Amino acid sequence: MSRRVVVVGAGPAGLCAAAGALRAGAEVTLLDAAEDPGGQIRAWPGFERLRDHVLGHPRCGWWPETSVWSIERAGAGAPRVHVLRGEIDAAGRDRHVLRPDALVLAPGAHDRVLPFPGWELPGVSTGGAAQAFVKGEGLALGDRTLIAGSGPFLLPVAASLLEAGSRVQAVLEANPAATVARGWTRRPWELASQTGKAAELAGYAALLARHRVPYRTGRAVIEARGDGRVEEAVTARLRPDWSVVPGTEQVAAVDALCVTHGFSPRLELPVAAGCRLRAGAFADVDADQRTTAPAVYAAGEITGIAGAPAARTEGLLAGWIAGGGPPDAPEAVAVRRRRDRARAFAARLAAAHPIGAAWPGWLRPGTIVCRCEDTTYGTLRSTAADDSAHAVKLATRAGLGPCQARICGPAVAELLPAGNPHHRPVAQPIRLGELAKPPVENPGRKESAR
Amino acid sequence: MRVVVLGAGIIGAACARELALAGCAVTVVDRGRPAAGTTAHGEGNVLVSDKGPGPELELAKLSRELWPAVLDGDPDAAGVEWDAKGGIVVATTAAGARALTEFAGGQRKAGVAAEDLDAAALAAAEPHLTRDFTKAVHYPEDAQVQPAGAATALLAAAVRAGAVVRTGCEVLGAVRRGGRVTGVRTSGGTIGGDAFVNAAGPWSGRVAMRLGARLGVRPRRGEVLVSAPMPPTVFHKVYDADYVGAVGSGAGELQASAVVESTRAGTILLGSSRRRAGFDDRIRPEVLSVIAAKALRLFPSLAGVPVMRAYGGFRPFVADHLPVIGADPHLDGLWHATGHEGAGIGLSTGTAAVLRDLMLGRAPAIDATPFRADRPAAQSEGEAP
Ligand SMILES: Cc1cc2nc3c(=O)[nH]c(=O)nc-3n(C[C@H](O)[C@H](O)[C@H](O)COP(=O)(O)OP(=O)(O)OC[C@H]3O[C@@H](n4cnc5c(N)ncnc54)[C@H](O)[C@@H]3O)c2cc1C
Ligand SMILES: Cc1cc2nc3c(=O)[nH]c(=O)nc-3n(C[C@H](O)[C@H](O)[C@H](O)COP(=O)(O)OP(=O)(O)OC[C@H]3O[C@@H](n4cnc5c(N)ncnc54)[C@H](O)[C@@H]3O)c2cc1C
Repeated sequence: MSRRVVVVGAGPAGLCAAAGALRAGAEVTLLDAAEDPGGQIRAWPGFERLRDHVLGHPRCGWWPETSVWSIERAGAGAPRVHVLRGEIDAAGRDRHVLRPDALVLAPGAHDRVLPFPGWELPGVSTGGAAQAFVKGEGLALGDRTLIAGSGPFLLPVAASLLEAGSRVQAVLEANPAATVARGWTRRPWELASQTGKAAELAGYAALLARHRVPYRTGRAVIEARGDGRVEEAVTARLRPDWSVVPGTEQVAAVDALCVTHGFSPRLELPVAAGCRLRAGAFADVDADQRTTAPAVYAAGEITGIAGAPAARTEGLLAGWIAGGGPPDAPEAVAVRRRRDRARAFAARLAAAHPIGAAWPGWLRPGTIVCRCEDTTYGTLRSTAADDSAHAVKLATRAGLGPCQARICGPAVAELLPAGNPHHRPVAQPIRLGELAKPPVENPGRKESAR
Repeated sequence: MRVVVLGAGIIGAACARELALAGCAVTVVDRGRPAAGTTAHGEGNVLVSDKGPGPELELAKLSRELWPAVLDGDPDAAGVEWDAKGGIVVATTAAGARALTEFAGGQRKAGVAAEDLDAAALAAAEPHLTRDFTKAVHYPEDAQVQPAGAATALLAAAVRAGAVVRTGCEVLGAVRRGGRVTGVRTSGGTIGGDAFVNAAGPWSGRVAMRLGARLGVRPRRGEVLVSAPMPPTVFHKVYDADYVGAVGSGAGELQASAVVESTRAGTILLGSSRRRAGFDDRIRPEVLSVIAAKALRLFPSLAGVPVMRAYGGFRPFVADHLPVIGADPHLDGLWHATGHEGAGIGLSTGTAAVLRDLMLGRAPAIDATPFRADRPAAQSEGEAP
């Protein structure tokens, strides 16, 4: 009997993992919380062909609108995957348990935003949310929009907003030009193999130029102000460690402010599966995308923020190996090489856009850090003095609100001596009624919901 | 007297406070940070309702009486979130109603306030509760605290009274002279003292073994569900009557009884399970499922409420379900304050007062002999180190 592989997440990494496992001869169940495959980004060459191939494959079951709410380690084999099937808003979703031979985790990442005074004001949004809004609604975000933060993602965000007709005043990259340039010019030979990605970025730059949007480095938004809605952004020049240069503050009138500081990987599933983390930040994988947990593989943003091309090659390899494909097959060797090049490119990007350690300098005691629970920086600091991260969490409730630290977690973890902020045994909210019903046992057979 | 308290959970914190206030030179050591063990992984019920007449009820009554006095004037009292909201125990079967009637009768004789509620009174007290009940009893003395906040407040009070806290300091062994402990070897060096209090919660058996003593304290796993924040829906602490049965049982297989309460953050806590699983901290979905089903029997209208989180801890469990408070029978200088199972938060204040009196040679406010460390259950095999 062929191996049963469950792939969680149908973004670039998961879709390619499904393809890799199918090619290796496995039976695949591909699931995603979303209605359609593609993950965060669908606009890559070959997406539609791959989607149709995978979803139409006789050995592939596609489970849309399926969320993994728990991963249960039991015994020596792959963990059990507990899922909820059905529309999020539907009254009762069905609970299923999958018992695969191998599990590929590809849940991706979400937007990362560092807090600053006023970031909770309406009109301030994350890059991802702004992009989703203009793409989904086809509406402009604002007449005077400011985009700020750090990282290459600033550019596609700006492009999306411009295309939707927003007026963008400027794009502010917090890192100084020297840091950005150093990251980009090191080891130039690595660039050659990633011409596609480099060209994409160059295209964004050209778009900004065409719209006369300045791209300024070494400057950040350190405060948003407004009466019930953002009206002004205070920007300031930053030193390389992101400390504010006094006296460089400027006030800009804005009606929308869009901030992004890269991405945080969604680590609750790998942590629940028992995977060791690398530097506490990413799922640790070997050359074949194997995690440290038995029969669990990881691909995409949870192994490192390396962009869609890296996610695709990681997925292909993870799926191939998880499906029982030989590691030394020529196509595996080739995929590994492409993956390593994509990762090297991502490493340059990361080096060009680090997060400066002095960012908490722009926080004030009254700045809200955890938005769900309204926990301020001052409260966090005073409870942090001699307390455990867990006790601090309970004492301040930072990270215990509806987002369960998905938004503030990285910031809180930096401000406090943290435990494991990704320990989240209930990975997705589940209604009491859904939980109370016994699950449908499902060995992971071929079964498509549509 | 120089006293070293081993463990900075709620029990260690409460003992450190009483001993420091009584004039002892107290050092508290913990391998981790304060209040990060069991104390941060349970609920904060301060109950008399779940205890039948007997020594544990006496300790509970003493503790309940001490709590307001301990918190009175404490600068950290706000973080303790003391809430004397009262508890309601609900039976949903005929057999449950009979057991509850008898149980509450015994408690009344022992001085516990326990008022029967009729359908109208119950509906007024808890409008979202099932109408399908056979018996309901209101316990106005039941209260709750936020456990980690309570433990840190008690520890802060100890520090104000002169206690020293050493975190990141794991107890490894004992320094002995004659038949007496004179120091503990820790990962942070040797700490000398005249007396040592084993307050290591579910790890007390291990700590005793490291010190060359024996203590029958073992872990008993429990899990709790946390809902998304809600408008006020549950106004008291509400339990099903099975609660009483589960506490008294030592079986290893899964048991659950519903404990439903809201917190100041607006979330609803739904507890809790009991099973023996060693120190295996993996959350089991089927256990969560049983907790949810039990809670829905009491509050069917909560079926649509999202569960946001689940957590669990290890109750420090002794086979006869009584804590251990007193001197070690074989090793001079060693004392125990542990084994409170699912009630250590509530029982911490009374435990600390009793231990203080025993250590200082005074007569405790209640009879402490049932808690002695030389009783067979407390001397049975502990967990391997
Ligand atoms: C908001 C945003 C915008 C981006 N825009 C660009 C861009 O313009 N250009 C560019 O080059 N790169 C962009 N990126 C980066 C790019 O999207 C990623 O590099 C790529 O999508 C990573 O692929 P992945 O498969 O690892 O994760 P994702 O594409 O994020 O896919 C993960 C999938 O897993 C699913 N999932 C997660 N958890 C669960 C669960 N518990 N149960 C079920 N399903 C689950 C999610 O629904 C999602 O579909 C963007 C990223 C984000 C977050
Ligand atoms: C799910 C659940 C629900 C609960 N609900 C309630 C409730 O509603 N009401 C109630 O009263 N009780 C409740 N409890 C029980 C209560 O949590 C415990 O009885 C109480 O926390 C025990 O406190 P402790 O100080 O003895 O142990 P802990 O809090 O575990 O403290 C022991 C300390 O010892 C330290 N330690 C261990 N080994 C060493 C070593 N070798 N060297 C140094 N330090 C060491 C640990 O780090 C720890 O900090 C519940 C428990 C659970 C699990």
